[in-house]
Amino acid sequence: MKIHEYQGKELLRGLGVPVPLGGVAFTPGEVKIVAADLIQRTGNPVVVVKSQIHAGGRGKGRFVEQPEVGGVKVVKSAEEAAQYAEKMLGNTLVTIQTGPEGKKVQRVLVEQGMNIARELYLAITLDRATGRNTVMASTEGGMDIEEVAAHTPEKILKESIDPAVGLQAFQARKLAYALGLVDPVAPRFVKFLLALAAAYDRLDCALLEVNPLVVTGDDQVLALDSKVSFDDNATFRHKDLEELRDPAEEDPSELEAKSWDLSYVKLDGNIGCMVNGAGLAMATMDIIQYVGAKPANFLDVGGGATAERVTAAFKIITRDPNVRGILVNIFGGIMKCDTIATGVIAAVKEVGLQVPLVVRLEGTNVELGKKMLDESGLAITTASSLRDAATKIVELVKP
Amino acid sequence: MSVLVDKNTRLIVQGITGKVGLFHAEQSLAYGTQVVGGVTPGKGGETVLNGRVPVFHTVRDAVEKTGANASVIFVPPPFAADAIMEAAEAGVPLIVCITEGIPVADMVKAKRYLQDKPGSRLLGPNCPGIITPKQCRIGIMPGYIHTPGRVGVVSRSGTLTYEAVHQLTTLGLGQSTAIGIGGDPVNGTNFVDCLKLFQDDPETEGIIMIGEIGGSAEEDGAAFIREHVTKPVVGFIAGVTAPPGKRMGHAGAIISGGKGTAEAKLAALREAGVTIADTPSDLGSTMARVLGAKTSA
Repeated sequence: MKIHEYQGKELLRGLGVPVPLGGVAFTPGEVKIVAADLIQRTGNPVVVVKSQIHAGGRGKGRFVEQPEVGGVKVVKSAEEAAQYAEKMLGNTLVTIQTGPEGKKVQRVLVEQGMNIARELYLAITLDRATGRNTVMASTEGGMDIEEVAAHTPEKILKESIDPAVGLQAFQARKLAYALGLVDPVAPRFVKFLLALAAAYDRLDCALLEVNPLVVTGDDQVLALDSKVSFDDNATFRHKDLEELRDPAEEDPSELEAKSWDLSYVKLDGNIGCMVNGAGLAMATMDIIQYVGAKPANFLDVGGGATAERVTAAFKIITRDPNVRGILVNIFGGIMKCDTIATGVIAAVKEVGLQVPLVVRLEGTNVELGKKMLDESGLAITTASSLRDAATKIVELVKP
Repeated sequence: MSVLVDKNTRLIVQGITGKVGLFHAEQSLAYGTQVVGGVTPGKGGETVLNGRVPVFHTVRDAVEKTGANASVIFVPPPFAADAIMEAAEAGVPLIVCITEGIPVADMVKAKRYLQDKPGSRLLGPNCPGIITPKQCRIGIMPGYIHTPGRVGVVSRSGTLTYEAVHQLTTLGLGQSTAIGIGGDPVNGTNFVDCLKLFQDDPETEGIIMIGEIGGSAEEDGAAFIREHVTKPVVGFIAGVTAPPGKRMGHAGAIISGGKGTAEAKLAALREAGVTIADTPSDLGSTMARVLGAKTSA
């Protein structure tokens, strides 16, 4: 689960990680109030208005409706802040990460302006190779870290966290000095990083990225921008974080799938798929492409392909207007194929499918299951293997 | 004839009084597995499955009373890492964790704990388990699709393993042992461990390795194959069409930061001399071809 920048910063501030002063606003009027308050508190007229969407590259992004305006704007008064917010709020921001359709900005973060002396990169995430969390730091703050990793990997410093004892101060000191920080900044960086590591554990993060981490002209260390995402498996421990979810940022079909305990990811092809098991679901997408078409989605119905779940899955798949045909691929391990066939038939009758449907079943009672589908009187084509199924559905949707 | 499990394996089931745990305990028993006990805290002293399987409060009790040398875990996600560590502390040599959805932070701790328990091997979590046909079934796979034979199967995906196994059975090649290593980002036994076991097993003549996007376990496996595996290996990687940044069902199946793509994994496997099956429907026939086998189908 991802959250907005301002939400992440509020969480970090609460856990002792220094972040700039600021607040969220939903209307230009609110922006003016927040900005005026910041200017009064800091004595500095410079404030920053930042679009809040779940995607990076906002500074370089542009609004569809206001092509001259970027997603982040530095201004010099509360009035100017409100003026720019007017151009951002309700409009669609396109960045390198949003795709050409962009994302609608419905809230902005208004933050104090910073006198930046240095920009660094700092992140904590899981290193799958070691099974441990790792701190990554770099002098190349503000840059696209994937680019840095690809071209100058030596500029990324790493410290592995031993889960038995957690991140130690000496590790943070090693990084501070390797980044070229000196007193009084180095001890502030150490304190910052230790607080960040504690926040990572406390919140069950999957990624905690500060880019850039800034050193200000008066030697303070702060998170100028931050990206926080949570481990979806640990949400049961963090019911309070659930309210930070922004439904506008999530695909409604993916949300509905979640409520049925189905795993669904929308893609841009025209063949809908329903499969049991994540690996087989991916392989089904791949084979659709292999035989010359494109999958419309990933959908794992899981172990219990019951009539209710299959019905819910059909409804979600067919809501996608691109879908021209559906491939159902179920390897009935423990579940018998006739039981699955009963579920598919009931679901098709309820949903009233308007597109061709190819079903491939495998497992116990496969012949009985196929016979039931063939004799159902419904427009269902049966297939004997995954390759056969993919070939048939691609043939059926050909214009 | 097999790796890790055989007819001498004595299995306990952690979470045996839960619905899923009990169902699969019964399936394993019916398959011929020696299911010698179960563990559910608070239910020690009871029995399940018509008095055939005694239940204990702790893994240590169960191991002491039954001489178990393997455990399978069907404990809900919030308590599963604790169950893994309990089994390791009790000295269980093979711990198979079926549970899906364990918090990553819990698995990071459990993996660290296991480092100090070299006598215990973890398989999973979020895996279908391990089976040596006609001898021992540990997990949730459908036993009837398996048949004893010449091919070792190792996979990150459950149902894709079934695809491969089913084809091997249909073609008359069979399986020495089929191992699911699971779809989580932090797990126990990896491809390299299984490849080594199959390479050293005299009855395994060929190996099917099924990977998916995310992480670098397949690349590590490829490097190992290049140096140490002389038996023919057939590979498949799921997720060629998966978009970056999206979790494809399995917690570990995600392309992030440009890493973990199917293309990179396929390239590494090809370079290591692995024969790639174009689609999962071709896993069995590709293995038959590289083994030059006589097929009965």
